[in-house]
Amino acid sequence: MDRIYYFDNAATTKVSPEVVEAISKYYSEEYFNPSSIYKPAQRCKDAVENARAEAAAAFNADKNEIYFTSGGSEADNWAIKGITNAYKNKGKHIITSCIEHHAVLHTCEYLESEGFEVTYLPVDGEGLISLEDLKAAIRPDTILISIMFANNEIGTIQPIAEIGKIAKENNIIFHTDAVQAAGHVPIDVKALNIDLMSISGHKLYAPKGVGALYIRKGIKIKNLIHGGQQERGRRATTENVPGIIGLGKALTDAVAHLEEETKRQTKLRDKLIDGILSTIPYSRLNGSRDKRLPGNVNISFEFIEGESILLLLDMNGICGSSGSACTSGSLDPSHVLLAIGLPHEKAHGSLRLSLGRFNTEEEVDYVLEKLPPIIERLRAMSPLYEEFLKNKKA
Amino acid sequence: MMYSEKVMDHFMNPRNVGEIEDASGVGTVGNAKCGDIMKIFLKIEDRIVLDAKFKTFGCGAAVATSSMATELIKGKTIQEALEITNKAVMEALDGLPPVKVHCSCLAEEALHAALWDYAEKNGIVIEGLEKPVNDIGEHEEGYYEAE
Repeated sequence: MDRIYYFDNAATTKVSPEVVEAISKYYSEEYFNPSSIYKPAQRCKDAVENARAEAAAAFNADKNEIYFTSGGSEADNWAIKGITNAYKNKGKHIITSCIEHHAVLHTCEYLESEGFEVTYLPVDGEGLISLEDLKAAIRPDTILISIMFANNEIGTIQPIAEIGKIAKENNIIFHTDAVQAAGHVPIDVKALNIDLMSISGHKLYAPKGVGALYIRKGIKIKNLIHGGQQERGRRATTENVPGIIGLGKALTDAVAHLEEETKRQTKLRDKLIDGILSTIPYSRLNGSRDKRLPGNVNISFEFIEGESILLLLDMNGICGSSGSACTSGSLDPSHVLLAIGLPHEKAHGSLRLSLGRFNTEEEVDYVLEKLPPIIERLRAMSPLYEEFLKNKKA
Repeated sequence: MMYSEKVMDHFMNPRNVGEIEDASGVGTVGNAKCGDIMKIFLKIEDRIVLDAKFKTFGCGAAVATSSMATELIKGKTIQEALEITNKAVMEALDGLPPVKVHCSCLAEEALHAALWDYAEKNGIVIEGLEKPVNDIGEHEEGYYEAE
């Protein structure tokens, strides 16, 4: 197999060797149903409860505030549908932002069809919501604020502590989709006044198919998945034992190495950003320079289209992603890039490279060597670039 | 989404990239908003297409369909050129994923726009050629043949 240079960690991560090691026996030997009565099953139950404690410790939560789910999308759906359902007699208004993941946006749109009203806060050029806008949007019947911790496309980190404070002062429940942030930035749910928080395993070196919803003690929530009595009666389905144990292990590892890994990735990220911006003209960084996930690089290249960039990168073994329409399967480019004010043509020409734990400086150097000729090659066949050069001369 | 080997070949090694300085006809279609712009240049003498070049802003399929469309039109008479449909371009590329069919429509439209430009410049009427729209979105859905 040819070597690959994996720069799509925001899409999914490799399961770390430590996690593989920790969970493999739960497929082959310790495969029991935690709800069963016999001793081997009790061992599985204990392991699940241990993972719950590990996940809770990662966010300064209590063990009984962590509920395992099938992933981030389920956690978002549960949080938003479960809270609005539980508090619908108090009000029918939700506040969110226009750059949320579709798991939040489409859930809110669904709730609008069910009679709820949703305010979608705009963002500034860096992708940050305004706290003044948030305060102004609050109504007597607002029951939920759902603002993502960090954006999956442009990596912008929202002022979560301030949002939590505003929510608390106004007695409104605050949910945050922390799928991109968990395990990558420090999160203390108590200090940040977070009431509900969605996380996903496969963005932090645990397997796909597992996630969690943190629900602060005392918050009323309706169930999303009805059935058995798993997760203390709040979420039916036989536990994904290996996945849950993997998530607990991955979070423990992430917290243990958070500081050094943040430093290391931030350095690589900045080298990649500076290297691209300084060698490739007519390129711009999308998102905030400093309020940014340590692994996120998102750059727009004028006059060219993102899918073409990805195909040529792929020929060189480099895996990345783009916000262009062609990669989204619709005619519109990324809603996030449009929301930060990019015109359509610049949004089509975006490239996201997301770093992770396993990326090295040598790989960053490789990208910096391969990318400029790719951009140049595509521009050479772009009628937009030709027109631009003609106008420039004139 | 997977591209055929032919599409990848025409994307990686596009034929006829560039411009024709004294082109007999030039057609530009698409818009930056939807993410595809094709500009096709034709050199026509005695009603025969002697040369064709293109410049394209767009995805892999947009580049590949431009490349194939210019290949197909070279050496054709004007009447034969009119018969190069989006379907013909797609077939020559061994097919396109459904979401990329519009790229082949754009290629057909760009050829027609270049022929229209040629006819206008020379004060001739090409039988069967309708005035092209420069934005593919102006057509009703189902206007083009799907695969």
